[in-house]
Amino acid sequence: MDRYLLIISTLCFFAAIVRTGLSLRARTFQPSRFSFLAIGLGFIFQTAFLYVRGHALGRCPLTNLFEVFIFLAWSIALIYMLVGPAYRLSLMGAFTAPLVLLLQGFALITPIDTRHLVSVPANSWLEFHASMSLVAYGVFALACIAGVMYLLQERQLKTHQLHSIFYHLPPLTNLFAAITRLLWWGFALYTVGIVSGFFTGHPLPRIQVMAAIALWLLYAAILQARHLKWLAPKRVAALCIIGFSAALALLWGITFTAELHHLP
Amino acid sequence: MNLFCIGLSHHTANVATREQFAGNATAESIARQAGCAEALLLTTCNRVEVYAVSDKRISTDEIARCLMAKTNRDPDNYAPPFYRYEDNKCVQHLFRVASGLDSMVVGESEIFGQAKKAYESARTSGAVGPYLHRLFQRAFRVAKQVRTHTDITRGAVSVGSVAVELAQRIFGKLSECKVLVLGAGETSERTTRALVSRGVTDLRVSNRSLDRARELAQAVGGRAVPFDDWTTQCREIDILLTSTASETPLLTSEILAPMLWQRSDRPLFIIDIAVPRDVDPSVNELEGVYLYDIDSIRSVAEQSLALRRQQIAAAEAIIADHVTEFVDSISRGLNRFSQPTGHSSLGENPLHASDL
Repeated sequence: MDRYLLIISTLCFFAAIVRTGLSLRARTFQPSRFSFLAIGLGFIFQTAFLYVRGHALGRCPLTNLFEVFIFLAWSIALIYMLVGPAYRLSLMGAFTAPLVLLLQGFALITPIDTRHLVSVPANSWLEFHASMSLVAYGVFALACIAGVMYLLQERQLKTHQLHSIFYHLPPLTNLFAAITRLLWWGFALYTVGIVSGFFTGHPLPRIQVMAAIALWLLYAAILQARHLKWLAPKRVAALCIIGFSAALALLWGITFTAELHHLP
Repeated sequence: MNLFCIGLSHHTANVATREQFAGNATAESIARQAGCAEALLLTTCNRVEVYAVSDKRISTDEIARCLMAKTNRDPDNYAPPFYRYEDNKCVQHLFRVASGLDSMVVGESEIFGQAKKAYESARTSGAVGPYLHRLFQRAFRVAKQVRTHTDITRGAVSVGSVAVELAQRIFGKLSECKVLVLGAGETSERTTRALVSRGVTDLRVSNRSLDRARELAQAVGGRAVPFDDWTTQCREIDILLTSTASETPLLTSEILAPMLWQRSDRPLFIIDIAVPRDVDPSVNELEGVYLYDIDSIRSVAEQSLALRRQQIAAAEAIIADHVTEFVDSISRGLNRFSQPTGHSSLGENPLHASDL
């Protein structure tokens, strides 16, 4: 039953993408509330899925890669719902929806929804650590999306080739301010997530800890370099994309090793 | 009763012809002389049009005579290129005009204000009655919808508006931007005024002649900067507008690059409208610098126009829906109104003013 909720949610995000794609193809892209509403509806179904799955497990549904991907997609949609209206609604949605669709579509198609044979006991610190880290990933994902928008806008301004979408993208300086804020928020949440990992009472695999700290150091380095003006805005935007790609790879690795070591 | 529009525009007549029919009549005088029940006169630099309702057919020549200036020309032997639209076509034409689809620069919004003004003027003089009132109110609604739901008004099409549009795409609000105007020519003055109209307050003007710099600075509410000091200004300004008569580039990558380190990552937008150019093209390669010369500004303007033209089909679709809906609503109103009196159904007639 819970998978049906997820399929409906995925269809909502798909509808948002189709609508945007059609309007971009017809070169009549207009910010409309449709994308925001479609994503909002998708988010409601995601939440319902997580609730049903969590209720069945008796704990936060983060027990396998499938659930981790859905939780991440939920975090991205949540952060978009929180910060999207501050920028251009549907345009940020136009970039957010494909990312969510990719995560959920991948989770639904691939056989990664493996159930634990024994009921996994709940550990509040572990749940807090995992969920906080994934919300931080959601913020990094939005920073990555803002980075893509920045590079797109910057490229058009440099080459003097302005497309229809140009007029719907936020101004460069506003986009960069958004990237900086998102990076700080993501970094703060991720720090809390990592620190809480030390209170879980479970010995975590060394490789997992090292990789998580490496990602933390990467974002710390971006922020420090930004603070010292060593990095131009364009490079920060590009690093946001690289950082989130690394975060996704790390997420995969963490979940894989956790399943290998039968960690809760 | 008939609803019709008679007029001439930039599509059919040159300015010499148009000016013979502009400014000689009012909506009230046309209604009186031609015997129209209602009349409205829309006069702009690109068109002279009369929208009218009458119970008898009024010829185009009759309206032309009302509009024509008292010249030596014999009106009977003169055939000005007037067009005439009736009923549905008239409704469609007005909706297109109000939405800027019939304008010389497609999508310009000035026509909307001019149509409103013409309507107000005719209404005040009593020349507009319920028929034209409903028609024009719907036309304003359609124009707003077209503007909101398509990109027909998007993009800038003049040097000043392109500069403003690009500056806003880079900086957002311009009120905090520092602008240096280098050279005090006519185009740079117009562009400066466009920037000031969008909120720029920190304005510096530099020119080889300090007196001319002071003159322009005073005119636009800025301050004059000695010409020898202008390069150092590049450390703190956000927008550089340059249009000097220099034969060689005044700003090169070698001069600008060291200063970029001191700019705390603020982008620098350079508008070079000088010919020959004041800024070396290689400056555009520098990180955070966006250089637009006169050709690239023209190119942006052309892209904007092309973008607007691509929106015409979407705008026409909105208009077509409104024309159908408007005509239907009028027909329904007439059927309800005509049934007790035994008038014929409108199904046989497309649209007449009586339908309104």
